[in-house]
Amino acid sequence: MEFVNFISNLAMPAIILIIVLYGIIEKRRVFDDFLEGAKEGFSIVISILPTLIGLFVAIGALRSSGILDMIIKILTPLLSIIDFPTELMPLAMLRPISGSSSIAVATDIMSNYGVDTTLGMMASVIMGSTETTLYTIAIYTSCVKIKKTRFILLAALTADIVGILVSVAICRMFL
Amino acid sequence: MLNIVWPIFIIISFSYAIFFGNLNNLNSEIFASTESAIKLSINLLGTICLWNGIMQIASKTSIIDKLTKFLKPVINFLFPELRKNSKIQKEISMNMVANILGLGNAATPLGLKAMKSMQEENKQKDRLTDSMAMFIVINTASIQIIPTTVIAIRNSLGSENPTSIIFPVWIATICAAVAGIIAVKILINITNKDKEKK
Repeated sequence: MEFVNFISNLAMPAIILIIVLYGIIEKRRVFDDFLEGAKEGFSIVISILPTLIGLFVAIGALRSSGILDMIIKILTPLLSIIDFPTELMPLAMLRPISGSSSIAVATDIMSNYGVDTTLGMMASVIMGSTETTLYTIAIYTSCVKIKKTRFILLAALTADIVGILVSVAICRMFL
Repeated sequence: MLNIVWPIFIIISFSYAIFFGNLNNLNSEIFASTESAIKLSINLLGTICLWNGIMQIASKTSIIDKLTKFLKPVINFLFPELRKNSKIQKEISMNMVANILGLGNAATPLGLKAMKSMQEENKQKDRLTDSMAMFIVINTASIQIIPTTVIAIRNSLGSENPTSIIFPVWIATICAAVAGIIAVKILINITNKDKEKK
């Protein structure tokens, strides 16, 4: 537990330190380079802001209307077999499909159940360890105009499911 | 995709609220949601600008080239067909390094370039080669060393320790990547055997 925390807290400062030192050793004007990159950050965030607003409202509506609770109630007996927390089901289902809606769902879970609770940590780890699988497959296959994609969807979803189950298990073990 | 998902969410939740009477909740939630989207974006702005700046420094140094060399044995194992093609190997490893560092904007164009190069070598133009299949699955299960978006979300929600999830994320993402790689290796064998039989 303490070791896990130590490594987690070390990661970001260590990487920043290494990169800045590397830049200095190679005689770069590191702050100019930094500013150039940081400016780009603006356009990235501004471009996803409208998407986030739309999806936050939709996800908030799903929860506050009570329909999400109803869906969760229906799913509970099924999921209790594999011991998977039902509250995370909407996130697990949306994660491979849409990046921005999974941001909205994950944020919703974290703010409702508490960001530092086990459920909040599970949602964080799932978000951090998986990708928007369907989107990635779509852009990579369409750029070479290939429709016979063989088994890649199956393999990619296997990876996602393993990632999600491990995320849940690891939060139960360590946190 | 969102053109389907978004209206479904709106329609089912709004009509459910109207018929089963959670309208007060719904109304206050609508405005609370727009507010939390803005709050998250402000946090994202800070984290993403910082990280993008740091990674810009990295991309101007030789770090990426060094890491690329480091990946060589891994690439040889994952893409046995490409052992002799160092140009494609380089494109693949640059995409992998960009993904690991969380440079999404740089990773995708590099990845698409690698896909196009592999397509040039492809004998059956309408079918993915083994290497292409492996490459795409690795991209869907990519390891990211600092999950910046999640850290920003946690920060915007007032977490006591937003970065505490980094190590668990590494474990989960490595397991996912290994599972994806094993699945591809197995499925390559199965599908190629089927093809030989025909």
